Amino acid sequence: MLKVRALECRRGASLLMSDFNMSLEAGQLIHLQGANGTGKTSLLRIISGLSTQETGKVLWNDVDIRTAREDYSSNLIYIGHQPAIKDDLTVLENLTVSLKLNGVKVDIKRLEEALEVVGLARRKNLPARVLSQGQRRRLSLARLWLDQRPLWILDEPFNALDVQANKLLEERLDQHLVSSGMCILTSHHTPNIDKKLLTEVSLGL
Amino acid sequence: MKIAGILQALLWRDIKLAMRRQSDVVATLFFFVVAVSLFPLGIGSAPSLMHAIGPGVIWVAALLSSMLSLNRLFSSDYADGTLEQLLLVPMPLTLILAIKIFAHWIVAGLPLVILAPILGLQFDMGAKDIGILVLSLILGTPLLSLIGAIGAALILGMRGGGVLLAILVLPLYIPVLIFGAGAVTASVNGISPEGALSLIAAMLTLGVVFAPFAAAVALRISLE
Repeated sequence: MLKVRALECRRGASLLMSDFNMSLEAGQLIHLQGANGTGKTSLLRIISGLSTQETGKVLWNDVDIRTAREDYSSNLIYIGHQPAIKDDLTVLENLTVSLKLNGVKVDIKRLEEALEVVGLARRKNLPARVLSQGQRRRLSLARLWLDQRPLWILDEPFNALDVQANKLLEERLDQHLVSSGMCILTSHHTPNIDKKLLTEVSLGL
Repeated sequence: MKIAGILQALLWRDIKLAMRRQSDVVATLFFFVVAVSLFPLGIGSAPSLMHAIGPGVIWVAALLSSMLSLNRLFSSDYADGTLEQLLLVPMPLTLILAIKIFAHWIVAGLPLVILAPILGLQFDMGAKDIGILVLSLILGTPLLSLIGAIGAALILGMRGGGVLLAILVLPLYIPVLIFGAGAVTASVNGISPEGALSLIAAMLTLGVVFAPFAAAVALRISLE
């Protein structure tokens, strides 16, 4: 279970949030909302442990994520604004490397199935530089079908995706939540999933 | 076992990426060869002169060409977001950077070591002196990658980082240069190079232990 307690976050001189509290339980999805510049990405980066806050704490199962960084990272999938794809590696190589770096056993058949699901199977041996923005996004999301981790932190995952991929991701989110996963995401439209699982959180002072 | 797998995947990735961008690797090597070859053309090629400047020239050129490729150590990973993912790999950042630095040495340092004997011949060095040259570079070039990584981590994401990197890193290279070139000069003059070589080996040991840690701290600061 993830808890955010009395968080204060600044970017330069401006105060983005103060005394911000939030908790995320198994089977729950938090949809962060807010206008541009209200600190959605900053908050996600703090929660994932990439940035540090001014004050306050982020707790994973009641342990501060700073003190148990490695244990926390192994429970977490963070997909940021940038798709984290190497242009010089092929689609398949990109996926293999990102899984291996996270200690996931790579089974080539499952990998190809996942690429099939996200619609990149025919391009698996092409260098990633030829992919379009939407295809890049699909490739970085493919990890969600292969890596079983309880907490997903997704920054604008629906960006650049077409209608069909949108639906695909929503289905995957649903599956994840039903099998008591957790997710926190930012998005400009409300994800179309079971309303009981969805919590809206608005940012902006 | 899991840790070894992760580190192996990272090493494979970095070397593979360098191999897909061979022009960068070759350009650095070309710079090394040309820079060294310019000196006899400019200064003249009297044998006594060659013996005097040879070790220093080869070492300075090795140092500069190793620095040329430092920029790439983190900047491309930073630009495409893979560096963020590396920070989230469930493993100490120090270990991850140690592997990245090792990969940098294989791509940017080891080829210099391999090319050095040919350049040594250009300066009329004997077989024994060339042996010492190679040995000093084997011990010294990893140190260049280790020290350089700290600088590269510090300047990440800054504008005009390239020049700043040189200003930051070159002074730190001075001890490596002094003892590296010193070992070869000693050997050319018939003095035992053992002292200088032992000192570089000692510095390398210190570097292997502390530099990845320092680079990890610097990287976390840069990525805040």
